[in-house]
Parts: sequence; C-alpha cells; structure tokens
Amino acid sequence: MMWKIPEGGHSPLVFIKIPMFLCCGHLDFKHLTSTMDLMPLQASQPFDPSKYRYTGPNVQPRQLPNTRSQAPITTGTSVIGLQFDGGVMIAADKLGSYGSLARYQNIGRLMRVNDHVILGCTGDYADFQFLRDIIDQKMIDEECLDDGIVTRAPALHCWLTRVLYNRRSRFDPLWTTFVVGGLDDDGKPFLGFVDKLGTAYTAPQIVSGMGGHLATPLLREKMEGQPPLSEEAARELLIRCMTVCYYRDCRAFSKFQIATLKAGSIKIEDDLEVKGDWEVAHFSKEHA
Amino acid sequence: MMETVQQVTPSYAAPLPEWLSAEHDMGTTLVAAEFPGGVVIGADSRTSTGTYVANRVSNKITRITDSVYCCRSGSAADTQALADIVSYRMAMHEIEMGRPAAVRTVANTFREMCYQYRDDLMAGILCAGYDRTHGGQIYSLPIGGMMVRQKVASGGSGSTYIYGYLDSNYKPDFTAEQCVDFIRKGVSLAIHRDGSSGGVCRVAIITANGVERRTFTGDQLFVPQ
Repeated sequence: MMWKIPEGGHSPLVFIKIPMFLCCGHLDFKHLTSTMDLMPLQASQPFDPSKYRYTGPNVQPRQLPNTRSQAPITTGTSVIGLQFDGGVMIAADKLGSYGSLARYQNIGRLMRVNDHVILGCTGDYADFQFLRDIIDQKMIDEECLDDGIVTRAPALHCWLTRVLYNRRSRFDPLWTTFVVGGLDDDGKPFLGFVDKLGTAYTAPQIVSGMGGHLATPLLREKMEGQPPLSEEAARELLIRCMTVCYYRDCRAFSKFQIATLKAGSIKIEDDLEVKGDWEVAHFSKEHA
Repeated sequence: MMETVQQVTPSYAAPLPEWLSAEHDMGTTLVAAEFPGGVVIGADSRTSTGTYVANRVSNKITRITDSVYCCRSGSAADTQALADIVSYRMAMHEIEMGRPAAVRTVANTFREMCYQYRDDLMAGILCAGYDRTHGGQIYSLPIGGMMVRQKVASGGSGSTYIYGYLDSNYKPDFTAEQCVDFIRKGVSLAIHRDGSSGGVCRVAIITANGVERRTFTGDQLFVPQ
C-alpha cells in the first residue's frame, strides 16, 4: 500500500491503491478494455473454464469482398452511332424492356451531355439514370468553375471507362454499355464505346447491344474505304440500320430517336418511327 | 474391413406448410391513370404468404403526403418501410419549404432508396399525386430503382394480364368518373385471372380538391360474362 500526499496547502486527499480482489467479492470484467479481456485467475482457485469466456468487444470474422454482380432489370437494346463529314450521329429506340415484356415505351436512351458531347446507353436503365444524374452534376460543376475548359467526347469517354472499370473490379458493375459521340480537340468526329467491363475503344461506327451483330456489317460496308458520308446519307444509313434491328431484334421497338452533333449544334429528333417493308410476307408459296 | 453404412431415417411427418415460412408478398395488381385534373389509382387487396391469403382486405394505397399516394407491390415489409421513411422525409420537407411537396420530389426520394438498395429490396412502387405546378402525375418505380413518368401505369403480378386492356381502352380525356371506371374494370379483370390478386378493389382519386377514397366489393367489381 502506498500513501500519496499531494503537494500544496489544500486539504489532503489520500489515494490508496488497493488490489482489486480485495474490494469486490465477485470478479466481473465485462466493463474492462481489451487488455483485460482474458485475465488469469489467482493460482489458488480451481480452474474454471467458464471464467475464460471472452467478454471483449464483439469482433466479426474478416469479411470477404462483396461478390454481388447484379442482374439488369429494365433494359434498353441497341444504340447505333456513326461518324459523318463534320459530326456524329447516334440513334436508339425508346423502349425499356422488363425481361421479355415491352414495358416502358416512351423512354429516351440518348443524352445531351453538354454542347459538345452526346451519348447513348444500352443495358440497365436504372444504372443509366444514376450515371446521367452524376454526369449532369459534373456539367453543372464545370460550368460553375468557369475556367473555359469544357468536357469533350474523348474526355468523357475516358472518364466513363475509368468509372465502369472500377465498378467491374469491385464486382458491382453498372450494367450498361455507352456510345459516346462528339468532336475531339482537333475538331474531328469522335465515337467511343465503353461496356460494363470497362472495355473501351473508338471507331468510325459503334453499335452496342444486339445491333452490334446486325448493323455493324451494314455500316462498315457503306463506310470503309469511302470518303466521309454527308449528313443526309448518314441519316439514311442510320434509319436503315434501325429498320433492320427492328426486324431482327426481339427487344427492339419501332419508335426511336436520333441525336446529331455538328460543330456548334446538337439536334435530337424524337418522334421517328420504323415502318418497315413487309411485302416479303406475300412471296411465300404457302401463304397467300 | 467392414464398411460403415450411413443410416438415414426417413421422416414420414407431413412437411410444414410453406406459407408458415414464406415471406409476406404482395402478389398484386396496381393500376394508375391520369386524367385532366388529377389522377386515379387503384389496387386489389390481397396479401399472400406463399399460397395462404394473409390479409384479404389489405390497403395497398398508402398516404405519403396529403396530395401524394403510393401503391405498393413486392415485399410487404420492404414497401411499408420505404413508405414510412419517405413519408417522414417529405413531412420534414414540407415543413422546411412551407408548401406541399411536388409529386416528382416524392418519387425521387423513393427512387434514391430503391436504387441504392436495389440488391436488397424487392419493391415495385407506383407513386401518384397532384401538385399545383404540373397537375396530376404518375411515376413508376419498378424493381431495380429506375423512375419514369407515365400517363397510365401498372404494377404487380396481376398487371401482366391487363396490359392489353389498358393499352386499348385508355383515353387521355377521361372524366374523373370514366377514369375510375377504367381503373375498376382493369383491377377486376386482373383479379379474375391472377391468383395472387383478389379481394376488393380500392381506388383513390387525387385532384386539386384533395383525395377521395372508394372501395368496390363483390358485385361492384366487374366480372366478364
């Protein structure tokens, strides 16, 4: 035992250090910190395993990384993009499919990002809405910065690639494929593709979704080795591709939009519809 | 060496009914339609646990604010929790803003949570109401967390049976009574064909003058000949 008398002329307070086992008959360590969690007993008492119960803070076993990879719910099908002389053009239909049900027939899958970039999205529509809000906010922040720097298509394409790749690496992808279009810093047309894995590339014609198989050969046939298309020729080619996709893709829809970007202007046409030519139905011998 | 044979004693007791452990699900029919002047929303009243009808007169039209109501489908627990949270947040919002919440604000609040927790929730919601800026509006928030405005919206398992009816019979210039009739018939037809929908048809008419609730029971439901 120690007596400790504090300095000063105040009324003395006496601190006495008393061993703990003398001051309480019942050994209760629940309130103690981690160093006291497994206090050994006095050697004179018989061994009681229950007294070695761990009473420290609750510790979970080390958690595995989140292996969730969600399934898309409401989805959009193909987006078709091509370059023409002086700009880019992107088209997408206006359907949100809920599995095989053509559930939402008036949703836009094209987006005007700013005066210099347009994009279209295939895949999960909720993920598209999520990214659309983030991109809109990014553009607002950029406008507020007011430093004369604007995000052009290659920059947005690069940013999207990083975002999507990062989500893929966490096993929590944004189940979307983007077609990004605009003019690059030299004023030349730019078209980029990014999918849910973060795979990215640029090309004169980009098609996402099932249209990639249907429309890409048509676009390449008309564009490879040829001088750049005029705007009218490009629009005609795009409508032909949308028609073929409507014939051959179960999840396609007849109403679609076209977004056209040229130096200084963006135009989004909204009320277009594929009519299609069904005369071939009468050619077959079995059917009149 | 003797082989050890694992003894498996077969159990001949009847297995417990699956509805004792099944989650409360609202296999359901929800419909909503806009008319000039407001919206009409309708729902059936059956809550099932597996194949047992847990509640045959449930109310799936839930008040969020005085002028915005929602119809709930999917997990009863999830949607009740969501509706409670959104209702609370919108009450705070209305106090802070000093005016009724916009329908789109309510729908967006739903959407934030439905999207963020999309892997954990099973909730399909129709959010409909009236505000002074845009009149009657309906926002569809299916599973997955997207939000889209529609003039006619439907949800729940029974809705699949009436897509044809809704597509072919809706007119944008219905009067309130015609709209109620449209909704009542739609819900009735879905109840007629969907095992997970049943009971009565509850309807709410939301306009600038407030909310009127009606219930159609038995003979008042439409039954095809």
